Amino acid sequence: MSTSTSQGVRLEAVSKTYGSETVVRDISLTIPQGEFFTLLGPSGSGKTTTLSMIAGFTLPDGGRIHIDGKDATRAPPRDRGLGMVFQNYAIFPHLDVFGNVAFPLNVRKVPKPEVAKRVAGALEMVKLTSFEKRFARELSGGQQQRVALARAIVGHPPVVLMDEPLGALDKNLRYHMQVEIKEISRRLGMTVIYVTHDQEEALTMSDRIAIMNRGSIAQIGPPREVYERPGSAFVARFLGEANLIAAKREGGALRGAGGAWFEVASDRPQAAGGQVFVRPEKVSILPEGGAPSANQIAGTVRHTAFLGNVVRYEVTLPDGQIVLCDATNASGTVLRQPGEAVRLGWQRADALLLEA
Amino acid sequence: MPLRLAAKWALIAPALALLLLLFITPIGWFIWESLTELGSLEEVWLETQAVLGSRAILGAILNTNGIALTVTVMVLVIGYPLSYALSRARGLAFSLVLLCIVIPYFTSVIVRTYAWMVILGRNGLINQILLGLGFVSEPVDLLYNRTGVIIGMTYVLLPYMVLTLYAAMKAVDQRLLQAAEGMGAKPMAVFAKVFLPLTLHGVTAGSLIVFILALGFFITPALMGGPGDIMMAMLIEREIELSHNWPVAALMTIVLLGITLALYALYGRVSDKAEGGFAR
Repeated sequence: MSTSTSQGVRLEAVSKTYGSETVVRDISLTIPQGEFFTLLGPSGSGKTTTLSMIAGFTLPDGGRIHIDGKDATRAPPRDRGLGMVFQNYAIFPHLDVFGNVAFPLNVRKVPKPEVAKRVAGALEMVKLTSFEKRFARELSGGQQQRVALARAIVGHPPVVLMDEPLGALDKNLRYHMQVEIKEISRRLGMTVIYVTHDQEEALTMSDRIAIMNRGSIAQIGPPREVYERPGSAFVARFLGEANLIAAKREGGALRGAGGAWFEVASDRPQAAGGQVFVRPEKVSILPEGGAPSANQIAGTVRHTAFLGNVVRYEVTLPDGQIVLCDATNASGTVLRQPGEAVRLGWQRADALLLEA
Repeated sequence: MPLRLAAKWALIAPALALLLLLFITPIGWFIWESLTELGSLEEVWLETQAVLGSRAILGAILNTNGIALTVTVMVLVIGYPLSYALSRARGLAFSLVLLCIVIPYFTSVIVRTYAWMVILGRNGLINQILLGLGFVSEPVDLLYNRTGVIIGMTYVLLPYMVLTLYAAMKAVDQRLLQAAEGMGAKPMAVFAKVFLPLTLHGVTAGSLIVFILALGFFITPALMGGPGDIMMAMLIEREIELSHNWPVAALMTIVLLGITLALYALYGRVSDKAEGGFAR
């Protein structure tokens, strides 16, 4: 339990197999000290198993895990010195808030006055001062979450693991806690390894995100990069709504349905075609008239969804593909009705060519 | 879905009627008949003083509680690790252990008591082994004394403790144990600071059940005990069958019933608390 002169966490070709099923395949990662790192993926993608191997609850079949510069591949969980927040909070029902938060210190035989001081500090940080005598059953979901958080940080561990810690909270509270967790992690300079299947949460909180799919890392990078520059259709779709428009290469140009042609920021010149990726909010409805140019398509509004700050249009292209367009509800916006013909367009910088 | 009050009573009614007819009525009638035999309230009071002042009866009360307490401790000491093993076992191992534990349930009291005599007697299995190995020079008395009573009752009452503890242990959220380990607790600390406190209500409930059942034991102490191991149930039987002294038997019945009901009330509170307290 040292403070911030730590070296973070490193995984080298870590694998885990259950029977004939490989749950985690050759994962290598380096997470520097102080980084907020998120493992994001659908259920069954191996993110929880990966976290469990870092925690020491699951032993890898192959590869090495280094924590704080030391090889911890086979070390028992108690010797890894990690803070942990569990999915179900795992608050001890027989202990009050003080007892719960003091637990990691008590089992490590920290002297009593020191325990009292540290617990008070941790509870203050999660704004639960004066709740010391309460039991879990007397706390709301959000308060239990805070107890779990206080318990994870009370020993000042260099690395804190969090397994879908906000999954059970309602939306407002979740946003609140996201901000708070982020704030605390920054203040304490801790490395956080965070597991979630909620892409919005991952984008909001992380310094870097690893998107996992079927036991492997599909892409790794800062939120904006993975969101705007996805390397595959899977990542593009998983991180939010994505338009993936079929395109063929004809005479050097990428052509789509209805005579449209596309120019993209990052092309794959060798490919005979693929899917043009563009986020719905980068697509706009063009005014009538104007000369045809690249990255314009014509279609018919199929559905108009008024979401408040945004209006989402589903537009059908001549070949039947559907393109989403999120228009901000700026002043003077006229809503397009289903059946109306519209022209859509976007900037070259916002489009990529992905494998079909 | 919570049941309506009327529906609850309708479900309990048959059992209640049966108890009323076959248990409460005869006991009430027995006590009433026996005490009215004495004539006046003053007579009842004098008789009560005599009963409570009698050395034989006081001795039986102390014996009964002492034996029940010893048996409860023995059952707990043997039952806790056994229940833990059971809560961890799977498949064939689970079935075998469970079978071994519940077999005494299904065996006739007489049969299993006589089986103990074969094992514990002066020429029994244990003494032959002890003599053969040279640990003792002459047979050890394991029967017709306190040791015999304790062994026999412990065996009979073990399943009640094990099944109660098993239920409590199965209900422990395994993730809490994992969490404790992740927070740096060594296996002994996980046990002492998490597992034991979370199963303590099972220990209390199981101990109360065993103690209550032990209070009323009759056949086992009668067959396996000696002259110094008279328990209350035996004394009551003796007063009725041999001395025909119904008033004394009735007063002793009241004492035994009183202790039992008081403990049941305690048990009710403990199990209520366990249900409400650790519910997730």
